[in-house]
Parts: sequence; structure tokens; C-alpha cells
Amino acid sequence: MAIDIIYGEDVIKGVDAEAKNGLWLKPGDFKRVSGFELKPEGFCKGEQCYPIPPARKAEFENGGRYNLRALTELIGQPMVADEAHQVWCFGEASANRRRALTSLEAPDFSLPDLEGKMHSLSEHRGKKILLVSWASW
Amino acid sequence: MWQALYTELAPKGFLPIAVAFDSAGNAAAEPWIKAANPTYPCVIDRRHIVAELFDMVNVPNAVWIDEHGKIVRPSEPAGSSDAFRKMDHTNFSIPPDALAELQAKRNAYLNAIRDWVDKGPASKFALSEKEAVRRVHTPSDDHVRAAANFRLGEYLVEIGHPQDAQKYFEEAKRLRPESWNYKRQAWALEDPMKAGGPEFWAAVDALGDKKYYPTSDDI
Repeated sequence: MAIDIIYGEDVIKGVDAEAKNGLWLKPGDFKRVSGFELKPEGFCKGEQCYPIPPARKAEFENGGRYNLRALTELIGQPMVADEAHQVWCFGEASANRRRALTSLEAPDFSLPDLEGKMHSLSEHRGKKILLVSWASW
Repeated sequence: MWQALYTELAPKGFLPIAVAFDSAGNAAAEPWIKAANPTYPCVIDRRHIVAELFDMVNVPNAVWIDEHGKIVRPSEPAGSSDAFRKMDHTNFSIPPDALAELQAKRNAYLNAIRDWVDKGPASKFALSEKEAVRRVHTPSDDHVRAAANFRLGEYLVEIGHPQDAQKYFEEAKRLRPESWNYKRQAWALEDPMKAGGPEFWAAVDALGDKKYYPTSDDI
């Protein structure tokens, strides 16, 4: 079946997946969605690798597909799914958020203004910035 | 509020960046931005990404970021005060003492920014690394689950299923009750008047002695 996956800040539409005892994707889609690929040392993104517990290998890899739910659980990423609309949403692990916030390094973002022009925080380095929220509500 | 400060402090290297937490996007934010006509960046954050990245739970919340991209004051209410709770809930009039309190808090906050812009790290309002870290509300598993639920709800709204989004908003609110962003955004998507209506005031009153704007005591 084709599902939509929200992974961090990205939305990946129409991903071929099997949602039985997890969420199973083909290796190419798995990498496209999560950035992770399977290597001898485990699931890796760049330098970062998560070894698979040997006794639980079948939970992660089976029939030419990888289980994204198993990996995200291992990492501590929350998941919430809406099966009616075939949308799976993966958030950030709390440990990563904690590490980022307590590093005091301002995380970068890129967002549009009314005209659609993108603004990122990092392009204003060298200024003292007041990052302030508001809302119409 | 920020335009005047920007005009005053821009020559000293100060820049406000305003982020609208509005899942309804331009349609919701545009009239406000057009009316304020700011010359500093005003971005639209439909998914409340900045709220999650910087741990903002309300509006206005602000973070001070220095020239090197270092956070010198983590997320906190930006010059607001709970004095607004003395407002008449139907005609929105404010008693003079509450109005004076609101203005005093706001002025104190603006003066703190001026002090920081002038003195940099020597300003008493630019927190030490230790104090800044102490003030960070470190996210729990419930908080990141709340964010994922909110994100899914917002996505369902985006693809045209606002009714089906509400249960995820409810879950986000349950997991992180201190986030007024979740509460008020969800109400606003149901009905634009609801975010400032009876439900809102009932929730504020239910706080009792707890603060709607838990301000820092050094400003």
C-alpha cells in the first residue's frame, strides 16, 4: 500500500509500505525517508550507527524490507499513525531534543514569509536576534 | 511592538525575527502582518517547527540569540504578564492597575533587550551558560509524543481533514497541558473565535495560582 510519512520536518508521500507488525519499507525508500541505510555495523546515517541486537534481527529486516518502526523505537523516536488516511508520523527522540536544547546552540530553521521568500536563522549570524513567537489566534 | 525597537536598535546590530504559529498559514497571519507592516523578517510557521526546536509553549515567547548563534536566554514569555487575566472576559476592558502592570512588564523587557544590545555578554540579562541551561525545560518523552501528535493533526488539516485532526490535537494537549500553543491553535482551527472565547478563559481561570505567563524573575 502507498502511505504518507512525516519524518521530522519532511513529508514523503506515496511510500510503498507494509504495515504489519511494524512499518516495512524497501531499502531505497527507507533511506529516502529516514536517511538510514543498513550496513554491517547496523543502521547508519552518516557517522551515526545503531547496531541491531542480533537476537532481534528478524524484527528489523525481513523479506527484502526494513522495519522503520523497529528502528525508530530503538532510537526513541515517537510515532503516531492515522490508518484511516494512511499517514505515519515520526517525531524527534526526546534525548536528541534535550541534547540540542542544552547545547545552547540555536538550531537553524528555514521558513517562508508572506510572499514565500525563505528566511533562515543562520543567514543573520553576526546580529543579536530576538526570536519571538506570535499568532493570529 | 517590535518595529519601534528594531528601528531604534538596528544600527547596533539587533534584529527581531517574528514567527507566526499559524496552521492556517497566510490566510490567518496576513491581515496582522499587513497592519503592522514590519521591516524585520516575519515568517509563517504552519507546523509550529520553531516552537518544537526552541521549546516555546505560548505566544509571545522569545529566545535571545547572540552574534555567534548561541542562546543567551532560552524560551520565556516576552514582556507579557498575567495582569491580562484581570481583563473583562466579554468586553475586553482592562482595569487601570492591570494596564499599568502590563505596561511596566513590557517596558522592563524592552529595557532588558536594550541593555543586552548595548553591553553584550556583560549585560546582567545575558545569562551565563550554566544559568541558561538551568532554565531550559528539557523535553520529556511525553513532550515529543505531544509534538508528533500535533504534527499529525496539523498535517490532516493541511490535506483537508480537519475533523479527523482533533483527536490528535486532544492527545497533544493531554500529553503537554502547559502548551497553550496546542490548545489555542486547535481551538482556532475549529472556530477562529474560540481561541479567545469562553473555553480559553475557562482554561485560564482553571490555572488558579499557576501562571499563564511564567516570567523570569530577573526582568
